[in-house]
Amino acid sequence: MNPFSSGTRLRDMIRAIRACKTAAEERAVVRKECAAIRAAINENDQDYRHRNLAKLMFIHMLGYPTHFGQMECLKLIASPGFPEKRIGYLGLMLLLDERQEVLMLVTNSLKQDLNHTNQYIVGLALCALGNICSAEMARDLAPEVERLLQFRDPNIRKKAALCSIRIIKKVPDLAENFINPATALLREKHHGVLITGVQLCTDLCKISTEALEHIRKKCTDGLVRTLKDLANSPYSPEYDIAGITDPFLHIRLLKLLRVLGEGDADASDSMNDILAQVATKTESNKVAGNAILYECVQTIMSIEDNGGLRVLAINILGRFLSNRDNNIRYVALNMLMKAVSADAQAVQRHRATILECVKDSDASIRKRALELVYVLVNETNVKPLAKELIDYLEVSDLDFRGDLTAKICSIVAKFSPEKIWYIDQMLKVLSEAGNFVKDEVWYALIVVISNASELHGYTVRALYRAFQTSAEQESLVRVTVWCIGEYGDMLVNNVGMLDIEDPITVTESDAVDIIEIAIKRHASDLTTKAMALVALLKLSSRFPSCSERIREIIVQFKGSFVLELQQRAIEFNSIIAKHQNIRSTLVERMPVLDEATFIGRRAGSLPGAASTATIPSVSLPNGVAKPVAPLVDLLDLSSDDAPAPSSSGGGDLLQDLLGVDLTPASQQSGAGQASKSGNDVLLDLLSIGSPSVPSSSSAVDILSSNSSNKAPVSPLDDLSSLSLSSKTTSNAAPMMDLLDGLASSPPTENNGPVYPSITAFESSSLRLTFNFSKQPGNPQTAVIQATFMNLSSNTYTDFVFQAAVPKFLQLHLDPASSNTLPAAGNGSITQNLKITNSQHGKKSLVMRIRIAYKINGKDTLEEGQVNNFPRDL
Amino acid sequence: NNNSFWLQIHFVLLISRQGKVRLTKWYSPYSQKERSKVIRELSGVIISRAPKLCNFVEWRGFKVVYKRYASLYFCICNDQEDNELETLAIIHHYVETLDRYFGSVCELDLIFNFHKAYFILDEILLAGAMQETSKRTTLRLIGAQEDLVEAAKEEASSLSNIIAQATK
Repeated sequence: MNPFSSGTRLRDMIRAIRACKTAAEERAVVRKECAAIRAAINENDQDYRHRNLAKLMFIHMLGYPTHFGQMECLKLIASPGFPEKRIGYLGLMLLLDERQEVLMLVTNSLKQDLNHTNQYIVGLALCALGNICSAEMARDLAPEVERLLQFRDPNIRKKAALCSIRIIKKVPDLAENFINPATALLREKHHGVLITGVQLCTDLCKISTEALEHIRKKCTDGLVRTLKDLANSPYSPEYDIAGITDPFLHIRLLKLLRVLGEGDADASDSMNDILAQVATKTESNKVAGNAILYECVQTIMSIEDNGGLRVLAINILGRFLSNRDNNIRYVALNMLMKAVSADAQAVQRHRATILECVKDSDASIRKRALELVYVLVNETNVKPLAKELIDYLEVSDLDFRGDLTAKICSIVAKFSPEKIWYIDQMLKVLSEAGNFVKDEVWYALIVVISNASELHGYTVRALYRAFQTSAEQESLVRVTVWCIGEYGDMLVNNVGMLDIEDPITVTESDAVDIIEIAIKRHASDLTTKAMALVALLKLSSRFPSCSERIREIIVQFKGSFVLELQQRAIEFNSIIAKHQNIRSTLVERMPVLDEATFIGRRAGSLPGAASTATIPSVSLPNGVAKPVAPLVDLLDLSSDDAPAPSSSGGGDLLQDLLGVDLTPASQQSGAGQASKSGNDVLLDLLSIGSPSVPSSSSAVDILSSNSSNKAPVSPLDDLSSLSLSSKTTSNAAPMMDLLDGLASSPPTENNGPVYPSITAFESSSLRLTFNFSKQPGNPQTAVIQATFMNLSSNTYTDFVFQAAVPKFLQLHLDPASSNTLPAAGNGSITQNLKITNSQHGKKSLVMRIRIAYKINGKDTLEEGQVNNFPRDL
Repeated sequence: NNNSFWLQIHFVLLISRQGKVRLTKWYSPYSQKERSKVIRELSGVIISRAPKLCNFVEWRGFKVVYKRYASLYFCICNDQEDNELETLAIIHHYVETLDRYFGSVCELDLIFNFHKAYFILDEILLAGAMQETSKRTTLRLIGAQEDLVEAAKEEASSLSNIIAQATK
């Protein structure tokens, strides 16, 4: 006998563990016990095996590892006595899960016990099998279980029925073997057998259409009768719960009837009466009765339509909804959600009550109610519903606000009857919960504002007021900053007053104050500050009197550690200080943002699908599109090749708005139409002399015709060479050097441009150099002389050079000087190319090349992309 | 294929107010690691819920129905589609059966006789479904099995008596 394990009984061990004051003490006790149990296991102690296993189960529940006891379960199950088997099976279910290999070892014991003469041992085996059997065990033991469905004792039949459910779920192929014995169980009187038989049939119907057809045909009427008898049965103390006989059986019968009635008018018809009876006669003052009603409503809503019954069902839900018990209200909301598709009208009648549930103190109920309100909103009720929700936003829990805000924004955007209402509601949401609003939402708001020209003044004034009270809401701040930048003059002059507005007095300096607050707010992030800088630049032109003050604010950011802000500050400062003559045209109002494009882009900008790009991507045949800086300099100084986090569609719009590459381009693949017009907006912002264009989709034509008919607009040229010429014109502030570093070519004289040669392509076998020249008076066209050098020791024959360019460029290739390239630099091939850039001054040249030749008759192909053209070429 | 495997009840948990586990019954396959994670997560959610709120918590796409009896939380994890009110009734049915067996049950009964709490649950639920709705039948079956255990003990002791006498 083991000296350790004999000492403590299970009860003593539990007592010792409970007496522990600290976790460390508990661990020590458990460690000691486990050591003793291991010792007993090693000695193959038989007398205390089941006590030890019981101890291990307790230790397991405390969360300690007990895997070393798994084999003990199997030994106990294999022993002949009932007490050992009982604790062995319990341990098996608790300590093992069905994925463990050990389980396979128990199949044989299970088979023996299923055939045992003692029915309680059969019961133990069925219980274990039902709770943990795997697919393999199901296959092996299905015949035993099938046979036990006809066992003399009903308590074995009911266990076998539930065991069969597990088996057919694990191995659906076996389902048809169970159809006949299962339907036989439906005729039983014993409640245990009946309820398990009903459940088995329900699952059979779900698994096999054959079973469904069979049971529907043979058993529907019998089941209806059974339910009727049950509902009308006299008081029976054994099954009574709150005055109802066996509510569990009620519910299972209703579930099975639902499965049989779904999609079958005849079956549905035959159960109408009993459903009506259950729906009207069931007591609804206790959980059990309500559970039956709830199940009955579900069945009524699922089976084939019978108008009268549905009304009854919805009325029950209405009653539930006004119940004071939270549980009942919860299930009502849950069920109404399903009822919406069947009868939206009827559910709408309960709108007011549902709305109240959104404000419940219980998070589970709020969540359900909000989902339900969301599906109930339509054009006719959006105004009152949105008002209720927005009013509630003020007092809602912080952890609920995110969900609520998202739903409100979605509702308002989807069903808004008019723009002014949309803008009003969004301003309320931004003021209350601007920090919870997602980026796409405020982008969309700006797009709408931009399109509502008659509301520009109204909106900017409303934002000005909102800012006074809610300056802590980041997205409100951003929208305000943007609108004041664009429409600041309307704010100051009360332009476009609507009848509903009270005039306000705002001076130019007040407007600048707002931006200054925004930019100096501690909480403002890079986006907000960058937007504020753009707004300041715009205001410097709109409010000449404040120009000097604005410059002072901007100058403070010259030393910003954030490169983006520093660059803006420096650029904007020079625009204000040195380019007053062009400033006003430069910072004209943004042209109307294209709503259709935005919506389309948003639809296509699901995470991961980054097919939208603001920077024009150059799409080249069989090549990877690479981003190209659209505006060589001015606002877009960020490096175009920098690796960066992926930007979503929303971010792209932001780039449009700011005219800057905040999130440097990455992963743009294929420039779609969307990205193209996005870029046009950007071009519009900076294009000089283009009047405010009604729709940006036509902007591109105007622009391109402008530039192809006339010489490029000179101010832009000046601007675009700003950073380049700054060295010669300004007194060389050290910061300027930094900017110059970004330009790929050194500053050049304006008269008689000379461009350095570049190595356009180089591999181990080949080098390609480009020399540039321009014809006087035709700055759009560059003539390139391409020179190919062979770096290998083989002669190349059949040499062919091909090039491709994006649409804004036109390429003309002259014939090559030869098609044979001698080895080791003993000669070269030259070929002239002419490129005309319709976006000269705005977009750089880019080219994709392919060079094919033969070495000793063997084909070789080299490909590459050229994007190191001089920037102002 | 476990993905297509659906059950009415995925698991049953008994957790004390201090977060101690008093019973765990798993009908769906969860590895031992997942089991402790589930227990940790859920006990946190349920114990922190204020009284008088509804007894349902939506959790990982499932519905957990719980009810507190004295110092113990009885929790049952269901599929989204199931009847939450019935699950509450099942919990109550189990508690009443325990109550009859132990005679006004308390947490200590379930600690020292945890195996009996399991045996009783195994007579009410099987494979995550309702097995027996009569408390009397359940208790009768439990009683019959305890008689078997007693008989085996007596047999063992009488056997050892016989051996002892024979070897005297």
